[in-house]
Amino acid sequence: MSCVFITDFYMALTCIQLCQRCTSLLRSRSVGIITLQYSTDAQNWPAALWNSFIVPVLPSVLQRSPSPSQTRQRWNLGVRSYCESHAKVQPSQTKHGNTDELPGTDMVSYQNPLSHQLRDGGMLLKEWQTALDLDDAPGHSALEEISHEEAVRMDIPAALPPVSISLKDYVNESETLSKLVQLGVQLWKLEQRPNVGSMLLRLDFQTDVTPRLVFLKQLGVEDSRLGYLISHNPFILTESLENLQARVAYLRSKKFSAESVASMVSRAPYLLNFSVKRMDNRLGFYQQQLGLSAQKTRDVVVRLPRLLCGSLEPVKENLKICKLEMGFRENELQHIVTVIPKVLTANKRKLTQIFDYIHNTMNIPHDLIVKFPQVLNAKYLRIKERHLFLQYLDKAQYDPAKPNYICLDKLVSLPDEAFCTEVASATLKDFELFQKTM
Amino acid sequence: MTTPSVRVFHKLEGLFSIYKPPGVHWKLVRDTVETNLLKGINAAPPPGPRQRVQFLAEPTSVMAEGSSELTLSAASVPALAHHPLVSGPEFQHIGVGVGHRLDVFSSGVLVLGVGQANKALTDLYRSHVTRDYTLEGELGMATDNFSHTGRLIERTTYDHITRDKLERVLAMMQGSNQKALLTYSKVDMSTQEAYELAVKGELRPDGKSPPIMTGLRLLHFQPPHFTLEVQCLNETQRYLCRILHEVGLELRSTAVCKGVRRTRDGPFTIQHALTHQHWTSPDVIQAIRQYRSSRKAGKAKHTQPGKDTGTASQRQEMAEEAAVTGDSHRLLSVLTSKAFGS
Repeated sequence: MSCVFITDFYMALTCIQLCQRCTSLLRSRSVGIITLQYSTDAQNWPAALWNSFIVPVLPSVLQRSPSPSQTRQRWNLGVRSYCESHAKVQPSQTKHGNTDELPGTDMVSYQNPLSHQLRDGGMLLKEWQTALDLDDAPGHSALEEISHEEAVRMDIPAALPPVSISLKDYVNESETLSKLVQLGVQLWKLEQRPNVGSMLLRLDFQTDVTPRLVFLKQLGVEDSRLGYLISHNPFILTESLENLQARVAYLRSKKFSAESVASMVSRAPYLLNFSVKRMDNRLGFYQQQLGLSAQKTRDVVVRLPRLLCGSLEPVKENLKICKLEMGFRENELQHIVTVIPKVLTANKRKLTQIFDYIHNTMNIPHDLIVKFPQVLNAKYLRIKERHLFLQYLDKAQYDPAKPNYICLDKLVSLPDEAFCTEVASATLKDFELFQKTM
Repeated sequence: MTTPSVRVFHKLEGLFSIYKPPGVHWKLVRDTVETNLLKGINAAPPPGPRQRVQFLAEPTSVMAEGSSELTLSAASVPALAHHPLVSGPEFQHIGVGVGHRLDVFSSGVLVLGVGQANKALTDLYRSHVTRDYTLEGELGMATDNFSHTGRLIERTTYDHITRDKLERVLAMMQGSNQKALLTYSKVDMSTQEAYELAVKGELRPDGKSPPIMTGLRLLHFQPPHFTLEVQCLNETQRYLCRILHEVGLELRSTAVCKGVRRTRDGPFTIQHALTHQHWTSPDVIQAIRQYRSSRKAGKAKHTQPGKDTGTASQRQEMAEEAAVTGDSHRLLSVLTSKAFGS
């Protein structure tokens, strides 16, 4: 008898530990909670949601034949107990024998308190533990014998969990999700973002997703890029088509060619979610601040379309740093930005570190840096190692006027092997040995 | 179920050393290595698509009376729940552990372990293995954090310093460190076993101890620059910079540290450490294999029955170290002169 107690206690302990581990797992990484939402009336029932479920049903059930109310009552009870145990539910009413054409599962109102679940998945598990009362026997036994026809008529919908942390519970039944997987969308990343999973689940493929995919195709975005686009910006599927078309029309009106618009959209997935006013504001800012002509501003924006997406504050700070700290003149800055637009969005600290090393330690004057702006885009460690290696070999000469001049472009952009053989005339092994003496 | 990714992961489980460049935090280095290894593991081909069986209803003649014929057909449909785009890559995290850490200013050998090898890493971390450093110093300056990047506090002259004086100061420091080693090793100096251990250079502190230098040598002296080689236990890089500062003070001048470079951590030398272009899975697999084969060769050489002073594994480590450093006879000469002479 005592051993029975101990085993029970141990089982309870392992259950608690399992739940605790689950809660800690849920809290450790960012998980999005995905919910399904059902409503009572046929009108309120989102047709989108309904059509997205492929539930294998018998056609006999499609016509609401006067089935024995007994089985229906039994099933209502079963559904109700399932609802009560798995979600906090206030079943308002269960409808009996209503005449609607929809494949008949029982309409039980399922107002999941979304705020509860979205707040803390761990709390949900504890609620389940307390709500599930194992001593409660159901009204009708599962072992009761029923006739063959009754069994055939009994419609059991797919046992989809009402709340889940992963989309893999729904992907087999949902047309939208399976088609998105075929497109190449990374659902595992999207489900970690809050509310995105639920949003994707509620979309209808025919009415919501297809028009937007067709629109993107007409724009010129390649099929292989559609997956990337939706993986990074799933909200393009909820943006209204009029807005999307208005923004594209605006870009075309600013004399961006069709191919450049397509390339911008595929490289900056969030571009078309921003309003015309915001894009206009940014284009105006770049043209004004940099003092470039319209064509050159267009080139810069096509090279780096995320300039139109992000905030302008980091760009303003970078411009200030380039002008005041580094001391570049207006025309020099224009040249640098047209060649390397990334300087506008680069990390301030890294940019100043590289410039400090190049200008003060390597003693390279401003005009040489402007001639080869790629050095500002390179990695600091790379520049340092290669410069010190050349210094060790007495080859660190960057002045074009003197002999044995080393081009900054070659210093930075060549891969290691080519750099060693061409520029330093040493072997790769020597370079590695030197790296270990730093 | 061993998929190709799991097999690659098992090959990666082991200890290896990398060369940490100066100016980067060790955690960034560890994260970079973990990301690169994950790329290598997940690049293996994923397991084939799984299928599931779904029973579909066949449209048959259905009467309202209820005499329907039940015919179901089985269809094999792809189960998307296990598709890599839905469940994510097989490995999203691997445990990469770091041995003795290096601060941002220093560079050198950093030992990392993957997966199950982290247990061996903790053993290595706790055992009393020594580490070799090369310290570069500059005379004539004193800063607040003992390195040349700190705020300057004092400038002094250093013309009076000669190589001889410097070596005398270093010998004095080494002597005091040897005395500390003898005290913390808690051996009875009047026994034969203690003498033999000391002669072989296998004396180690028992339990916790402050930083102790077991070897100190001047490599290069060109005023104001000089280079020291240090072998130490339980140290931090900050402590080593402070040692240089104290050397300067002893010489009636000042000194700052310009570089700290770890050249050996236990049995891992700088020769086999991977530079940052080699922080990828094939190179790491090769480095692990190399370390394992060298360890096997070392074990074959050193399996000799000996006096049971100290645990077998500790002696093993020290034997490996001695083989690696080749400094046992130098330590011997120092120990016999200083510890047992004074």
